[in-house]
Amino acid sequence: MASAAQRRIKSISYAKYGYIFILPFFLVYFFFQFYPLINTFVLSFHGNDTTVKDYVGFDNYKAILFETDVNYDIIKGKDPSIRDLPAEEKKAARQAEQAKVNTAQQHELFTQSFKNTLILWFGNFIPQIILSLSLAVWFTDAMLKIPGKGFFKIVMYMPNIITAASVAVLFLSLCSESKYGAFNQILHSVGIVEDIESTNSDDFIRFINGKWEPRFVIMFIQTWMWFGNTMIMLMSGIMGINPSLFEAASIDGASSGQVFRKITLPLLSPIMVYTLVTSMIGGLQMFDIPFLFRKAGSDPSEHVRTVAVYIYEKFHTFGTVDASYGYSGAASVCLFIVTLCLGSVTFYLNRDKDAIAKKKQRKKLAQQAKIKNKQFGGLGI
Amino acid sequence: MSDMKSVYGQGKDNYMLKMRIKSTVLFIWFVILTIICLLPIYVLLINATRSNNEISSGFTLIPSDYFATNFKNMRTLDYAKNAFKPLIGYRNSAIITCSATVLTVFFSALTSYGIHVYDFKLKDISYTFILLIMMVPTQVTSAGFVEFMISLKLHNTYVPLILPAIAAPAVIFFMRSYLKSSFPLDIVEAARIDGSGEFRTFLTIAIPMMKPAIAVQAIFAFVANWNNFYTPSMILIDGDKYKQTLPMMVQAVQSSDKFTDFGIVYTCIALSIVPIVIAYVLLSKWIVGGVALGGVKE
Repeated sequence: MASAAQRRIKSISYAKYGYIFILPFFLVYFFFQFYPLINTFVLSFHGNDTTVKDYVGFDNYKAILFETDVNYDIIKGKDPSIRDLPAEEKKAARQAEQAKVNTAQQHELFTQSFKNTLILWFGNFIPQIILSLSLAVWFTDAMLKIPGKGFFKIVMYMPNIITAASVAVLFLSLCSESKYGAFNQILHSVGIVEDIESTNSDDFIRFINGKWEPRFVIMFIQTWMWFGNTMIMLMSGIMGINPSLFEAASIDGASSGQVFRKITLPLLSPIMVYTLVTSMIGGLQMFDIPFLFRKAGSDPSEHVRTVAVYIYEKFHTFGTVDASYGYSGAASVCLFIVTLCLGSVTFYLNRDKDAIAKKKQRKKLAQQAKIKNKQFGGLGI
Repeated sequence: MSDMKSVYGQGKDNYMLKMRIKSTVLFIWFVILTIICLLPIYVLLINATRSNNEISSGFTLIPSDYFATNFKNMRTLDYAKNAFKPLIGYRNSAIITCSATVLTVFFSALTSYGIHVYDFKLKDISYTFILLIMMVPTQVTSAGFVEFMISLKLHNTYVPLILPAIAAPAVIFFMRSYLKSSFPLDIVEAARIDGSGEFRTFLTIAIPMMKPAIAVQAIFAFVANWNNFYTPSMILIDGDKYKQTLPMMVQAVQSSDKFTDFGIVYTCIALSIVPIVIAYVLLSKWIVGGVALGGVKE
């Protein structure tokens, strides 16, 4: 039996405390994240300058997503259409055409950075998932007697907690295209790099300024940093599978390959999807390492610039001439839409099926009750 | 009968042998992976103890004795001294990281407690909203964020680096799951009967009970903030060395073409990595356990 005090407490509404407790989160969120998100959308419809310019509609999207034709003959003043114009009009036409050059460049830069992002993501995700999945299966296999499992886990997770910027600088130093680079030294001792004393960087393997070499280095670093994390996530997923299934399989004489294909993989699929999507969203955000590698290249290297780096370079005003919020905003919105699609896929795949079924059932019952009431109403009781 | 026994025994022996071979092969593979994980860091530490000439002379795994010289050069040579100030970097990173971590765990605990304990109209909507915004990457909002902060004149201050830590949806998600599994609502009611105010209940009862979740999330928030290069480098844009964080200084070492002495470069990188590695070695058990917890969904 509830005491008087208990009953009194039950009758008090504590709802207002709920609002008070969650208020700071929402205030800060709207101020520091939601408004900036809206602001990014707004910026994407405005011109490009260090200070925000006039409304330009979808021009920025057109610029980064579609090709702009530039007639270089007009810029040079050779085009027949402007040859006979008076000098002032000619100049104006040339300037107008010149303005298109920058726009045309944006399309090239953005599509290239999008391609780079995809290449870098595939190149690090595929080896990473193979490595992590196999390790996770072996680590959780009770039949295998491997000493020091805890130690291996700890060591394999370690690269993940080291500052990514420091890791990038470390690898840049190791990759140096001179006699100081450790990788080139090793390749020299194998005989691939012939002249280690050379001052011309062409004589070395171009780990920083090449096209595919820096990409491979970045893929390696990303895999190196993240496979431990993915492994532990997958391990916790495998350990969540009912162990009696594995036992039953081993009693029935299933091989480890069969166990993996018929039990582990199907039951692990929700976690696999989760890992896949978080990794995709993480891959779209890839910034620190590609950014530092891009900066290290002697001529601005386009082969490692990711979308995140493109966005950053466009709004980062200091030190650059063409800081442009408009392109940056438009690229951000594109990134946002891609993320939104990926995110809704996870939500769809991870939704609680039982809860949805129950809700449907409840709805149905409520509807039936309603119909019944109506029937009674119709009878005029 | 005896025939069957021998067949069975043979099969068992075969099986044990197979498992032993597999275990050995895997052990060797794990050792190789361990070496791959540790080698870059080991080479870094070795190279920090070598002079520029020694580094150019070839690759080795044996330490030399130039660390003190490298360290001294880093502290005295003008170009190095101006770009890389480890103590100031540690201090700035520590200020930002510690305040952001405290804000993250405290307010996330508060928010998740509010959603878990109280019944109010917008409860479900606000939780769904938090789940939804978990997916939005920082890069998407950053252009608008920087423009907004510059218009408020908050760039080059620590405010935009610390205050937004209050809103950490992923941490709230984790703590809510923790509360769901191990915080019975009867406790709140009992505290009310004993006359405890709502905030006091939260501070003196809920927080101590949430300690394991708070500890795990604090470690992760700390590591994430300490390693953050993106946000500080877009907010602290005036190039004032006395404000910069450690990752920014490491980046400055790399982007400056004055650093021709690789011994100093490796020393700088080593100094930026060593504290977090030591912290990891001390806390590794909780960190690895925490990742596993984060992977299991409700």
